[in-house]
Parts: sequence; structure tokens; C-alpha cells
Amino acid sequence: MNMTPEAIAEYKGVYVFAQQVDHTIGSIAYELLGKARDLAAPLNTEVVAVLIGSGVKDLADSLAEYGADKVIVVDDPELKEYRTEPYAHALASVINKYKPEIMLVGATAIGRDLGPTVSARVATGLTADCTVLEIGDFPLVPVPGKEDEQLHNQLLMTRPAFGGNTIATIACPYNRPQMATVRPGVMQKIEPKKGAKAVVEEFNPGFTPNNRYVTIKEVVKAVKDTVDIMDAKILVSGGRGVGSPENFKLLDDLAEAIGGTVSCSRAVVDSGWKPKDLQVGQTGKTVRPNVYFAIGISGAIQHVAGMEESDIIIAINKDEDAPIFDVADYGIVGDLNKILPQLTEQVKAARAAKKN
Amino acid sequence: MKVVVCIKQVPDTKGGVSFNPDGTLNRAAMLAIMNPDDKAGLEAALRLKDQYGAEVTVLTMGLPKATDVLREALAMGADKAVLVTDRVLGGADTWATSTTIAGALRNLEYDLVITGRQAIDGDTAQVGPQIAEHLGLPVISYAQDIKIDGDKVIVERLYDDRYHVLEAKMPCLITALAELNEPRYMTPGGIFDAFQAEITTWGRADLKDVEDGNLGLNGSPTKIAKASDKVRKGAGEKVVPDSPEDAVAYIIGKLDEKHVI
Repeated sequence: MNMTPEAIAEYKGVYVFAQQVDHTIGSIAYELLGKARDLAAPLNTEVVAVLIGSGVKDLADSLAEYGADKVIVVDDPELKEYRTEPYAHALASVINKYKPEIMLVGATAIGRDLGPTVSARVATGLTADCTVLEIGDFPLVPVPGKEDEQLHNQLLMTRPAFGGNTIATIACPYNRPQMATVRPGVMQKIEPKKGAKAVVEEFNPGFTPNNRYVTIKEVVKAVKDTVDIMDAKILVSGGRGVGSPENFKLLDDLAEAIGGTVSCSRAVVDSGWKPKDLQVGQTGKTVRPNVYFAIGISGAIQHVAGMEESDIIIAINKDEDAPIFDVADYGIVGDLNKILPQLTEQVKAARAAKKN
Repeated sequence: MKVVVCIKQVPDTKGGVSFNPDGTLNRAAMLAIMNPDDKAGLEAALRLKDQYGAEVTVLTMGLPKATDVLREALAMGADKAVLVTDRVLGGADTWATSTTIAGALRNLEYDLVITGRQAIDGDTAQVGPQIAEHLGLPVISYAQDIKIDGDKVIVERLYDDRYHVLEAKMPCLITALAELNEPRYMTPGGIFDAFQAEITTWGRADLKDVEDGNLGLNGSPTKIAKASDKVRKGAGEKVVPDSPEDAVAYIIGKLDEKHVI
């Protein structure tokens, strides 16, 4: 299935799928644009956002502010709500027409559906859930005697696998575009340039419903009275060791005192103590707050995979051998029931003292 | 109604991970299990069997020892099992894997194909949607509820902050979330029968409408440039304070030092 070098040479530009839901651009789109700027520099190419939806043209400017040189807008009533088809048709048509060298998609519940469908449709490789993207050589080190076969300016996509136990760096040397889905919360947005404008190009490949179009019978929005834990600067996270849903009050109090947000481990979600959107870890969310309190969390690899990039990790656990201590900057062996109430009081006192 | 469930044998990462002295993953020491999302998909299929009398076929691609998960599926109540195994299929990425499985599925009759959302070893969540693409089927991923209504399937599809109730005409492919259900246990009689049961084994020659250039390591567009053990941040300080007061003083000290409070 390899493409010829001549065919590969026709593919230019770093493209980003700008996910929007309910006429709001997701944070992931801006993160991807920030990364796309880094990648476009050594390739000496442009950054293009692909905006797909119904009545979304007015969102193009905000993509320009976060780094898009050009915005391709596919606007059609069929694209009102996300459905695999026709979104896959829209993105695959953009790829076939504009021939991007790199196509980045956020590894959200939408992107992880759209990415593989589109990559199969345009017959190229896709690397999932990347955490590091860079431009480099493939193979990394030239094979002796075959130095001239080493390819330059390739997208090197690094991702965790095995629940975060191994790290693999993957290339897609003989097919284009080089596609990656990227884990939300990992790449950095640029400081937005107010008033920046991008070239806006409208493209509509035509949408004729076929057997792959599904019908949306109902859209049920989960009531969100909680802050997104991915945006929190301080997370007070509890595990099975908290003991009961009522006991989370201790964590709520600390979070309130310190200006943080409560999150949890999978065990807590599985026990029905907290909703899924507060779950940190491999099957939950990846977070990198300034401070992560791991309270009564044993530190299973699946959990650690979602929080180890936190700046400071403070673990409180009564089990001295808990694996969470292997990643904690500060580990305290002790009873959370005795420590937390006092800690909350002292945090309050310290904050009050600072104010005066 | 005919349902094919695609399952994968994976190393169990849940019960801890084992490393060799050189720091590489010791796969031999880790238990091999049926991938959890796939098991939920199988359970969903078995419930359709209980309710509507569906015929359930399980399909896996892997080494000959992957028959273990097929026998487990039979012991849970699946009717037929197919193993796709061939040396030329090894080293496949998701493109080559989905091409292979699509080639096998073209030999089978189905109204529904069910896969897991993702396998816990590769974590890509790509193979299900890619199979659907190769076969021209509608795909509904991230299913948290599945119902049948005549020739249609009605599925709750989970997103980050909502779910959609989707209706698709069969045939259709669904990827199942582990949260979909609680898989049943094998029955003792089922285990006995499963080990007597015949497992259909297919090789490269049995795959329908598949080109060699799309199979195995050579047919994989993505290439591994480097694989390594994750470098962990490593442990910091660990203290065992004499009293809760000491513990609190220690934490407050660190928060102050780092200008958190």
C-alpha cells in the first residue's frame, strides 16, 4: 500500500481537525493548533484548521487567534450534530482535495471515532493517543550501508501503550497524510493573538445520505455541576481508601479551602461514589495540575498514567507500601481521616493570614 | 439474527505488570485474558441470544494459543468460534489488523458485528471503526446500551458530556464499552463442552478480497521507530509522621515552600 515518493511530495501543510460541539470550539483544537505551529516551523509550511459543522463559519476567527494560517470550513445541515458519517465524509474529502502532510485529531470520544474511520477511508496510518509529536528522521539512526534511504522531516509520534507501561515512537514513512490522534491536555496552546485573521476557504463535498448514516433519536446531556478536572490547577483526588461516599466530605472541604477540585480513581467510580467525569486515569481523564493530592489512592498503573505529569504530587495513604509513593513528590504515611480535617483548618488559617 | 463478536487475547495489565531484569516487559509472566471491552461486547451478544435467539460467533486473530479466549467465549455461551492465524499476519498495525478481520468477516453472515472499544495492550480504539469502514457498514462506537427493534439497532453512544440515542439499520458494527454490562461467568457444563468444541481455523488463504500488500508487518503503514520502557519520575520524599499534627505541619510546610498557599 506504499505511496510513491512523487505522490508523497504532493502532500503539504499541517492540518488540525477543529472539533466543535454546540457551536463551541473544544480546548483540544487550540492545543493541537499550538503543536501544529511547532511542527510547521521546521517543515516551512502552513497550519490549517478544518472546521466541520452547521452554521459554524463565525468560529474561524478564534482558530486564527490560536495559530491557524488558514481555515477550511465544511458547513452543511447534515453536520449539525456529530455522526461518524457524514463527518468522516467531510474530513476524508478535505484530505483528498487538499492533500495535507500531517493531519491531527484530538483523542476525544469524537476524535477516536472519526480518526480511524477517516484513516481507513484515505488508506493511511494513524497513531492513537499521542503525547509527544516531533519532526525527525526515520529510521532514527540510518541503517549502515543504506544511509541514503533514511527519510527526513517525518512526523515522529510518541505514545504510551500497555496502560502507560511502555512508550513507543511511531512513524508513517510511506503514506500520507501522517495521521495522529492526540491526547487532550498534553499539548500547549499559544497565547492567543487578538484580532488575528485567517484565510477562510469554504468547501462542501456534498452530502447524500447512504446506509452509513445513522439517525439521532435523542441527545441526552449529562448535567454538569462540576468543573472540568482537566482545567483544575489543584486536584484533591480520592480513591477506595476514602472509605465511603460520605467520607468524600473531607476531600470536598479541603478542595474548597485550597481552591481545588475533587477528582477520583476508577475504583470510586465503579463503586458509584462519584460520576465518571471526575475519573483520573487510563480510562478516565489525563490531568496535569500544579498540585495533585492522591488521597487513599493505591496508585495502580492505570491511575498513575493519568496524573503523573502533575507538577507536585502529594500522597496520603496508610499503606506504607502503596505504589503511589513511587511517583509522589511528598508521601505521607498516615490516616486520612485524622490528617484531612486538620489540614483543611490549617490551610484556611494560612490563607486567612496571607490575606491580612 | 446473527452476531459476530471480535475478541482479542491481551496480557492482563490490571493485576500488576511484570518486568524482566533488563527492564523490558515480561509478557510470559503476565496472565493472558479476554480483553475487558470485548468481553462486555460478547455479553451484549449473549443477551441478544437470550432475548431473540441470535446465533453468536466469536472471531479472533492471533497466535494458536488465542484459542483459549475462544473456548472461554464458548463456555460463556457463544455458538461458534473462528481463529484467524497465519505467520504472514504477524506484526500488523490497526490498518493491517482491520483489513485481515474484514477479510475473515466476508466469509461469515452477520446482522451485527460487535467489537470492544479498545484493547488494553494497544489502547488505540481503531480496529472496530476501521473494520466497519472496510466493509462499508455504519459504525456506532462507545456503546453503553444496545437494543434491537426489527431490522434496526438502537444504541446509546457515549460522548464526553452526553450521550446520543442512535438508530442504525442492520448490518451495523458496534464497539462496546466495558461499562455496558457485567459479563456472565462460564458454566461448568459450558467449559466441558467448550473444550470438546471444534474451532474453525483460517489462514491467509481463507481471507476474502484482501491484498497481500495490506497484511501483516509489511502491510502496516505505521512503523515502530523506537519502543522503550517508560521513564518514571521516581519517588520523592516519604515520611511516616508520629502524629496527624506532624503530618499536617509537614504538608503545610511543603505547600508554603511551593507557594501553593
